[in-house]
Amino acid sequence: MKARIFVTLKGGVLDPQGRAIQHALSGLGFDGVNDVRAGKLIELDLADGTSDEDIDAMCRKLLANTVIENYRIEKVA
Amino acid sequence: MKSAVIVFPGSNCDRDLAVAFEAATGSKPEMIWHRDTDLPDDIDLIGVPGGFSYGDYLRSGAMAARSPVMQAVAKAADRGAFVLGICNGFQVLTESGLLPGALLRNAGGHFVCRDVALTVENAQSAFTSLYDAGEAITYPVAHHDGNYFADDATLDRLEGEGRVALRYAESVNGSARNIAGILNDAGNVLGMMPHPERVIEAAHGKTDGQRLFKGIVEGLLAKA
Repeated sequence: MKARIFVTLKGGVLDPQGRAIQHALSGLGFDGVNDVRAGKLIELDLADGTSDEDIDAMCRKLLANTVIENYRIEKVA
Repeated sequence: MKSAVIVFPGSNCDRDLAVAFEAATGSKPEMIWHRDTDLPDDIDLIGVPGGFSYGDYLRSGAMAARSPVMQAVAKAADRGAFVLGICNGFQVLTESGLLPGALLRNAGGHFVCRDVALTVENAQSAFTSLYDAGEAITYPVAHHDGNYFADDATLDRLEGEGRVALRYAESVNGSARNIAGILNDAGNVLGMMPHPERVIEAAHGKTDGQRLFKGIVEGLLAKA
């Protein structure tokens, strides 16, 4: 069983990396990119039967810092 | 007086911090490896040094904060031992929940490595008692993720409780309210981005950091 964890900065938290990407896109001639927010994708290969609670705990305890980040769990069959 | 410096893979200011502790306390600190699960019961002072623990994987300080030794550091802090986290050590302390907030990538996106002007906001703390309130001092900084972030309620609480120990006198990295260093609510844990251990000897060019370490020692002696 696999799970994908998407970790993103909360709205309102400055994302200098996203801003740099936006500038680089604009430098390549891609105008009209209003904003860029960069995040992380973490793929977990899990033992079958790992509970949702455990996956959520992994996110809260390590994978995301909930002071500044949100996370979303996507289970892949 | 017993002190210790925690060493993570990727720490690189651990020996400088050990020199500063030894100069102030008169005895060599124990160097504690991150896999250790115990600290001496009578430890008075613990340093969490700067560097790039675990290569800054996941987030700066994130892996170090979950390493076995940090449980022992938290326990020691609970019973009143002094804990000083500098630079990556500050990131480790916020990641481990010993201090509130988080340290984000510098607002300008650049690594900042230079001397910065600071203001001592709280000169009552055990760490800053040898400075004057409002005193202007200079410590160097060297970091990529020093942009202190906390929600407004937390920032207001920190300000109201005198827990902002040090503030940048200029914008350095985008830190909320120019915060450079904060205390926990009991006042025995200080996290700061600037490096006092790099300005303790005449040969360093400046000695503004000396009083921080001497102040810690005086604080510990007063407590004993």
